[in-house]
Formats: sequence, structure tokens, C-alpha cells
Amino acid sequence: MEHGSHSDPSKSTFSLVDEDHTFANSIRFTLNQDPRVAFTGYSIPHPSENRVNIRVQTTGDPAREVLKDACQDLMLMCQHVRSTFNKAVEVAKSSRVRTEDTDSD
Amino acid sequence: MSEEDESMSDFEEGEEGSGLDFILSLDDVPSNLPPHLELLKTRVLCNSDAPQHTDTIQYSGAYAALGVDNSLRLDSFCENFKIEVNRMADDVIEFDMIGIDPAIANSFRRILIAEVPTMAIERVYIANNTSIVQDEVLAHRLGLIPIHADPRLFEYPVNAGDDRNEKNTIVFKLHVRCKRGQPRITVKSDQLQWLPNGSELPCENAKPNADSKPKTFTSFACSQDSLPEFSCNPLGPTNPDIIVAKLGPGQEIELEAHAVKGIGKTHAKWSPVATAWYRMLPEVVLLEDVEDELAEELKNKCPKQVFDIEDCGKGRRRAKAARPRDCTLCRECIRGGKEWEDRVSLRRVKNHFIFTIESTGAVPSEVLFTEAVKILEDKCERVITELS
Ligand code: SF4
Repeated sequence: MEHGSHSDPSKSTFSLVDEDHTFANSIRFTLNQDPRVAFTGYSIPHPSENRVNIRVQTTGDPAREVLKDACQDLMLMCQHVRSTFNKAVEVAKSSRVRTEDTDSD
Repeated sequence: MSEEDESMSDFEEGEEGSGLDFILSLDDVPSNLPPHLELLKTRVLCNSDAPQHTDTIQYSGAYAALGVDNSLRLDSFCENFKIEVNRMADDVIEFDMIGIDPAIANSFRRILIAEVPTMAIERVYIANNTSIVQDEVLAHRLGLIPIHADPRLFEYPVNAGDDRNEKNTIVFKLHVRCKRGQPRITVKSDQLQWLPNGSELPCENAKPNADSKPKTFTSFACSQDSLPEFSCNPLGPTNPDIIVAKLGPGQEIELEAHAVKGIGKTHAKWSPVATAWYRMLPEVVLLEDVEDELAEELKNKCPKQVFDIEDCGKGRRRAKAARPRDCTLCRECIRGGKEWEDRVSLRRVKNHFIFTIESTGAVPSEVLFTEAVKILEDKCERVITELS
């Protein structure tokens, strides 16, 4: 799924099947936030084909590793979102129970 | 005075830009931009003609020349990210998600609509239908009925027409007849009857076998209601009063409906949400003091009652943006000439989302959100494994 040159691993296009804007746009964001990335972007060559191409050009590190790190970052961000959300829901639930208690008093 | 103006005073000149690596090697990278850039980076300006600065600055080196690092480190994300639940009812949750890029917030929304699985009726075997609703229309209507079943307890059907067992199929029966001489009847979703033992219709192309049971469309190894997760929680439609069809005297419907697991991308009937949407937090800033008659005028201009009038002593009254959250961005308050545009500034905060998830009822909305986030995690994991 990687298309790049053998001599220069810092520039590559990754072609992912069964993905769309959902993944590509958020990974573009995390890649852009990485200082090692010189350029990144994605395209969907044809709307009826389930495929996105993600282009990564770095300042020297292998593009593959940088993309992997970006995925890792996105995953950790998601985990943090999930735990924060669960905590917020717990808080909301307990305060709701409390207001119901005081209502019935 | 707005916040941006205040930060003007304590802004310090950043180091001269001399390469990103140098900047990143510094311990305390100056993180505040000049206030005007900070404003354009974090706010959408909603002017009377068009919104301005709607894009987000994603590139980490965007402000390298100013000596400001625009990259996002995980620890600073974790520090600043916040979620506050505003409203939580049975089928709807509204919460504020603060400190996240629109790209990721939008992914969550897209996943909620198209990729979180639910159970929906996929195959309908019609034994008899003499109602005026055609078979295909009836089947389509059945498909759209939300099924109260936790999709996490089921498997995806491997292949249509493949093995249909108690782990991937829910079978419902619908048999209603309107007797002759009786008034018309309305068939509602609560008349769908759950068959925990699987299909009762004999499969036509199977060879009749004298000694064994007649072969049906499913092959359940055991009854679903003997499974602990369903025994105290019978499966059925979430809403009992969805109209499926109307029957006149002498008409009859007899059918069997098989629900399977799927995602909204394949067909909207599997979408677990009625709506999942967000809006950016509105910010209404008065750029100059709006007093007395003008204050009154401004208050009356706004259809959403965003402004209040406060007394500031000596018989003077001043307008105040008291409820900016209610602003719908109708821009009524900045109509009426340039002077109003100079008085009021309408903005949106780019990284503050008011997220609303309305579930169809199959899965509680707070569970839907965590499932959506998990799906994005899975996507990352998939790519990581493919890359290594
Ligand atoms: S844009 Fe409309 S809703 Fe918002 S403050 Fe102005 S008048 Fe009120």
C-alpha cells in the first residue's frame, strides 16, 4: 500500500482501501502537527472507489515511521477523549441522581 | 475590553525564527501569538457579508517565522481537552467538547452516522400480503424500524445466505388479519413478535426429510432467550407505535423478518443516530459601549434575546451580551449599516464544539459516542499493523 522510491524513504504516498475522509482528514491533522512533516495531504481519486491516497513528505525521517507515529498519536488522543467523556458522563449521571433525590424530598 | 486586547499587554516578542529544530529544542517555546493572529487562529469572524478565517491552522510550522511552535504535543492536548455534559436524557446527550480540532470532531460525527453498527431488519420473507402496501414497500418500512438490541452482542453476518445462527440473526414474525365485517386496523411495530428459536418458515428448496424437523431459513443452535444477555431483556422494536401498514376487512399480512448487524454506510437503516451534529460555540463581543437608546435597540434587534441591559449607575444603561450561547448567527444585530458592524463582533470559537447526539433508541447515546471513538482507534490500529 506504500508507493514511494527506494532511494528516498522520506517521501511516500500511502494508498488505503476501505477508508474515507473520516480517517484521512483526522490523520492529515495529526501529521500536520508533527514538526518532522514538511508536507501532507490526501485525495480520494474516485468517489465510487473505496480508497484514499495519503501523501507524506518529511524533512528526512522515513515517511512510513512518521505516519505510524501519527496513527499512534491519534489513537492516544482518542483514548484520552474516551476517558474524559466517560468521566464527564459519570459526573453528569451522579449530579442527575442527586437532583432527582432533592426533588423527591 | 475583550480578552484579546488584554493579552496584548503581556505578550512578549518571540525569539527570532531560526529553524524549527532550534525552536523545538527550547524548553519554554513561546506559545502565545500576537493577539491579532491568535484571534484569527482561534475564531471564525462572522461578518455581515461572509464568514472569515474559517480554516484551522494545522501545519506545525505555520508560525515558525515568529518563533511560535504550532505543533500539538499529546501532553498539552490532554491538559487542555475538556468535556462537559450539558444535557442527558434517555435518547439524547448534549455536551461541550473543548480543545479539539474540527478534523477529529468531524470524524466522530461521521463515524456516529455511518459506521457505528446496529441491528436492522434486512430480509423479509412474505408468506402472504393482501394489504394495499406492496411487498417491497412493506419490507422497506420494516427495515427502518429501530430494533432494541445491543449490536455488541451480535456478529456481522459473514455472507448473505450463509449460516444464520443465534449470534447474527434476530427473527421476528408478523401475522395480522383484519376480519371481514370488522373496521380497518392499523398494524404497528409492537405486533412484530420476537422468535427466539429462529425462523418457523420451512425452506422451500430443502429436501423434505421425513424424520428430522423441516429445514427453516435459520439454524439456531439454541434459543436466544436462553442466553443470559437476552433472557431478562427481550428483543423487539424500540418504539411500539410505529405504523407499518393499515389493513382493510379481509386483508392479511403474514411474514417473517430477519434483522442482522450492519453499518449506516451500507444503508441508512443501520445508522444508530437520528442526528449527530455539532456547532461551534458562538461568541458575541461588543467592541464599544452600547448605551441607552442604542442598547435598547440592540436588545430588541436580537430574536434570541442574547443581549441584556445592565444599569451602570447615574441613570445610564449599557447593553451586555449575556447569553452568547443562544446566538443562532442570524446576524440581525449587525444589520443596519457599518456602525453596527463596528459595534458588535460575531465570532465562533474554532475548537469548542457543542455536540448533540440523538440516538434512535437502540443504544444509549453516551455509549454511541464511546463506540465511535473506539472505531477511530481501531482504524489507527489497522493502519499501524499494515505499516509494520
Ligand atoms: S446574530 Fe442574531 S442571534 Fe446572534 S446575537 Fe446577533 S441578533 Fe442575536
